[in-house]
This record gives sequence, C-alpha cells and structure tokens, in this order.
Amino acid sequence: MWRRIFALTVKEFLALLKDKKSRLVVFIPPLVQLLVFGYAATFDLKNVPFAVYNEDSGSASRELLARFRGSQNFSEVATIYSEGEISGIVNRQEVLLVVHIGPEFSRNLSIGRPGSVQIIIDGRNSNTAMLALNYLRTIVNEFNRTWIEHSGGTAPPARLVSRAWFNSNLESRWFIVPGIIGLLTLVVTTLVTALSVAREREQGTFDQLLVTPIRPVEIIMGKSLPGFFIGLAEATVIILATVFWFDIPLRGNVLTLYTGVILFILSAIGIGLMISSLAVTQQQGLLGAFLFLVPAVILSGFTTPIANMPPLLQDLTLLNPLRYFMVILRGVFLEGKPFHMLINQFWPMAMIGVANLSIAGWLFRHRLY
Amino acid sequence: MKNKTGEFSPVDARRATGMIRLRGLVRKEFLQILRDPSSIAIAFLMPVLLLFLFGYGVSLDAEHVPVGIVVEKPDQDTSRFIGSFMQSRYFEPLLMSSIAEAVQALESGTVDAVIHLRQDFSKTLMASRDAPVQVIVNGVDANTARIISGYIEGAWIRWLGHEAKATGTDLRIPVQIEQRVWFNSELRSRNYLIPGLIAIIMTLIGALLTAMVMSREWERGTMEALMVTPVAQREILLGKLIPYFTLGIGGMALSVLLAVFLFDVPLRGSVFVLFAASSLFLLTALGMGLLISILAKNQFVAGQAAIIVTFLPAFILSGFIFDINSMPAPIQVITHLIAARYFVSILQTIFLAGTIWSVIAWNALALVIMSTVFLGISRRKFRKRLE
Repeated sequence: MWRRIFALTVKEFLALLKDKKSRLVVFIPPLVQLLVFGYAATFDLKNVPFAVYNEDSGSASRELLARFRGSQNFSEVATIYSEGEISGIVNRQEVLLVVHIGPEFSRNLSIGRPGSVQIIIDGRNSNTAMLALNYLRTIVNEFNRTWIEHSGGTAPPARLVSRAWFNSNLESRWFIVPGIIGLLTLVVTTLVTALSVAREREQGTFDQLLVTPIRPVEIIMGKSLPGFFIGLAEATVIILATVFWFDIPLRGNVLTLYTGVILFILSAIGIGLMISSLAVTQQQGLLGAFLFLVPAVILSGFTTPIANMPPLLQDLTLLNPLRYFMVILRGVFLEGKPFHMLINQFWPMAMIGVANLSIAGWLFRHRLY
Repeated sequence: MKNKTGEFSPVDARRATGMIRLRGLVRKEFLQILRDPSSIAIAFLMPVLLLFLFGYGVSLDAEHVPVGIVVEKPDQDTSRFIGSFMQSRYFEPLLMSSIAEAVQALESGTVDAVIHLRQDFSKTLMASRDAPVQVIVNGVDANTARIISGYIEGAWIRWLGHEAKATGTDLRIPVQIEQRVWFNSELRSRNYLIPGLIAIIMTLIGALLTAMVMSREWERGTMEALMVTPVAQREILLGKLIPYFTLGIGGMALSVLLAVFLFDVPLRGSVFVLFAASSLFLLTALGMGLLISILAKNQFVAGQAAIIVTFLPAFILSGFIFDINSMPAPIQVITHLIAARYFVSILQTIFLAGTIWSVIAWNALALVIMSTVFLGISRRKFRKRLE
C-alpha cells in the first residue's frame, strides 16, 4: 500500500513540477506577494495630504497648525485663501482634507471661549476619512491639554489613560502579515489540489487510475501529499520571512503554530480535492477553487473583523477553515496563546478536513460524468 | 456588399467574407458559452455572489463592541459613568468586579477593551483631582483598536459634559473639531467598498474568462486547427474578444443595478461616462487575460496566473480598501501597473462625487494606454507563435 501511495505521490510531484511554468507559478508569486502585500496592506495612514485655509492671524492657530504639520501622518501640500478653492482641491483628490480656521479663532481662545476648527474631508474612502479624523482628534486633544496647562484653566476632573496590549504601537502590519501566511498557504494548497483530479479527468487518465488496484483511499493520499508538502514548505518560508524580514514578534510556541499549520493544510487539501472530484474540466476546477477562495478570504477576518458582519454571515464563517487559522496565527504570533487556549480552533479545522476528504473519496467512485 | 456601381469589388468581397467569418467565430463562441455553464457562472453568478458577500460581509463599521468595565467600588458616580456607555450603540458593556477577571476576558477574546475604574475613582473625582480612568484595548487588530479607542473617547467626552452640567461647572474644551464629510456624510463603508468591488469583479470576469478559454483552445489543439483555416489572426482575436466583452458588460450592468437598488449606493455621476469607462477597463482586463493565455498555453498555469496577477493585486493594491498614499514609495510605483487602481478611482468618483473630469480623464487615459499595450502585445505574441 505505501509503495503504491509513494509511486502516486512521485507521479503527482512530477506532473506538477516537470513544467517550468507551473513550477514558477507555484513558488515565485507567493513570495513576491508576501513582500508586496506585507508592505502595501496597511490601515495606518502616512502622509495624508491636506490643505490649510487659515483666516486667523493669531498665535493659537499657528501653534495648532504646527502640530498638524509636525505629525508623520499628515503632510501639508497646499495653502488656500478662499472658501471657493476648497471644492476644487478636494474634488480633484489633491488633498484628502482641508483644515479651515475661522478669523475669530485665536481671539476666542484667549478670552476663554471655545474655538472651532472646521475639517472638510473627502469621504470617498470612508475608512481613510474616519481614521484621519481620529488622528486629528488625538492631535487636537493634546493641544487642548497643553493649552489648559498654560492658560491655567481648570482641567476636566478625569482623564483617560489608554494602552493597547499585544501591539502597543497599533501597527496594522502586525495584524495583516501573519494573516498573509494563512491567505497564501490557502491559495497555493487549494489550487494545487483542486486541479489535480480535474486534470486527469479531462485527459481521461483518471479512468485508468480507477481500474488499477489502487484503492480510493490511496488515491486520496497520493493526491494529497504533494499539496501537503508544497503547502508546508510555503508556509514555513512565509513564517520565516514574517519573523526575520518583517520583524513580527513570534511570542508563542512554534509547535502550537505548526499544529495549526498542519491542520489547516489538511482542511485546505480536503476542500481542494472535493472541488476537484466534482469538476469535469480544469476550468470548472479552477472556477470551483475560485468560488471557494474569494469568500473564504473575505469571510475569514483577514482584513475586516467577523464581528462586524450580520449574524447570518457570522454563522457561515464557521465553515471556513481560514477563519480558525487566522485566530491561531494572530494568537500565537502576537498574544503568545498557549496550546490549550486554541483547541477550539484546532478541532473545527480537523473536522472540515476529514469530512471533505471522505466526501472526495466517495465522489471519486460515484461521480457520474 | 456592393459598391456604387452595383458590382462587387474584390476588396469589398474580401472584407465581406471576413465579416462572415468573424460572425461565425462569434457565434461559435456564444454557443460554447451557452453550453458550458461555467462561463455564464463567471459572468453572472460571480458578480452577484461577490456583491452579496462584500456588501454584507465586509464592513469596517464596528458596532456592539464588547467592552469589560471594571468597577472596584460601585456608587453613583461610577453608575453614571457606565450609563454613558450603556446608551451608545457602539458598545456592549459587561460589568466586572476585578481587573484579573477583565484581563482574562481580554486574553480569551470575549471583550475587545477593558475600562478600569479604581477604588478611589469617586473620591478623586469629587476633589476634581484628575481621576485616572485606565483603558486597555486589544491591539491585535490595529485598525479596529483605533476605531474602538475613538468610540471610547467619544463616550468619555459625553460623560464629562454630563458631569459638568450636573455639577454646574462648565466643561472647558478649548478647541473643538467640526467635521464635514463630503460625498459620504454618514461614513458608510459600504458606499466606498461596493464601487471598488465592482472594479475587482470586472478584473476577475475579464481576465479569468479569456485566460481560461484561450488556454483551453491551445491545450486541446483547436487553436492550431483554427490557424490553418483562412481565418485571419485579427479575426480570431476579435472573435474571442467580442463575445466576452458582451458578457462582461452584462455582468457590469448587473453589478451596477445591484449596487444602486439593493445596496443604496448613490450614483451621482453620468451613467454614460460610467459605461464608457467600464468598456475601457473591460478591454484592459480582457487584454490581460488574452496575454496570460497566450504566454501560458495551459489551463493550470493560465488559471493560476490569472488569479495571482489579477484578483490579489486588485484586492490589495488598487486603493479599494488600503489607502495608496500610505504605502511605501516603491509599492506606490507598483500600483501604477495595476489597471484596477484607475478603475477604482473612476468608480468611487462617479458613484459618490459625480462626473469630475479632472479625476476621470487621467485615469481613463491610463486605461487607454494599458489596454493598447496588453492587446498590442497579445497580437504580436500571437503572431510569433505561428512562425
């Protein structure tokens, strides 16, 4: 039995790797993507372009603007002198926001009345707009605190002392890059396995395989192992890059992490083989892989939290192995979660993998086409 | 086709048979599309599925955030404080009695943030002595953590205002921000995600359809068979482009209808400009698919390549969800090679802001250049294959 599985595995590896182009698409793009996405996928705003429309000549407005300019998050690209210029410069997307300070600003502040700063912001990308407003609010709060100290007013009776745990500088790269490990491992493993049976079906060699003494279980093993090793190798390379290139702290146990990696690859292979056994042509296999991959990425919490989804979709994410793997990756990397706190993530992936592999094995023999 | 004197000229005749051949090719392609449900699925099922998933599934608007509030010594002051969190739809407060319990909840993920009121909270508050309120946010998801901190700050300022009113002192906040959000005043993330999503869907439809279909013909050898017929290469390419262009525009129209009528995204610009820009973009995407299939010539490689060079870059590098200005400079340069980037910008502008030519013209120009380059290279590579 093991010799047959071994022979089938070798044959699968050859089918996959003998062609230079398929070798390239399996190994190079994930690494390029890791680098590009690792740097590109960030919610942290830098150099947000803004324009200043200052009608005030006092020192308070200058002091406040100096704080905006001094921030790494913003960069002033234009100064405007009339209300009419605002719409043009925002419409053309030359600036994300305009800071408008009215003529009475400094005077109001000096006599103890509140001064207001108008922020006109482009809401075409509402997340960027919301984050920029949050950054501005932080700057204004700091300004207020120093202003009260200097002008000798009464401070509010309470003050907020905020801290962020696990990611104290709130770098979104720490959140996204471990997620990319899951994303790329899923894409590669699913694609490699989803097309493996479909290719044989299309070329007619699958019938030949079925009439040999090889049993369906052995076919499954033979078809799974190449995907497993490729997935494992790729996950390892990406994990190494995450730690040594992107400097993301790996606070938890490597064995815990790899328990997750192996179970996750198992579940991805299960889904890939199931798609493959349903598909008659490679095009259908690819389409199937795609129809699984896109929702799986979206509904995994990779970029946007699952908690924000409507309840029905939240329930649907329970079928998605990537959802569990994301929790494991971020838990082990950033929070240093121990094995026992992740058991609730491990067993659903194992179930998904076993269920899909069994269905795939059954379909090998029973799918009519 | 007759000329003025009513006779057939040889040039016209050649052109006419060319048209007949082209029509035949287009007809054959349409029949193939109708008989293999997977192309129809790509063109019509995928937009609907993706729009539903994204429309409902992708949201950056956090609501009902579970927050643990630790009150070491409950009294009137603390209950007023908690009250300001209870009222907000952003929070789902859970009362806890010790910080140890709260830390455990934070670590296991049952709460996203912890607010800690110490034993001496009321006492220092009464003395107006800067009572510290400790807040711990789970920073793993940095974006959400920032949004939650913003909410907490908002609730806190509201509470300060109430306190000031109750005690008769006036709360002094020297500078206040007065925000005006243009184009999307409620900051609904759906309004910007759905136009961007349409760009991604169109990338997929265009590139995946042509990449798979053409490479299948290479793999099966029907392309060689086609080449020995009198059909010109130009006609082969057009014969492929026309049906899939039609299919793609159909998918586009469906997506726009869903966006406007189901998801209530405002469409403030001109529908005609939207259609013209979509056609341009679709040509670019089809050209990309064509090029991939000509270079790959087998379905496995073509399919992989189509997904790798289209979907993921369109998702991450197009400005659809991640802000391009915040990326490092070399990555910003790379984004200029992603066709979806231009289309996302056009779509977000036409949908939310209106027909602003200064934005649309530049992006459209970029699309014209990209489609010419992709189709041109495809044409050349296609010819080379024959030699």
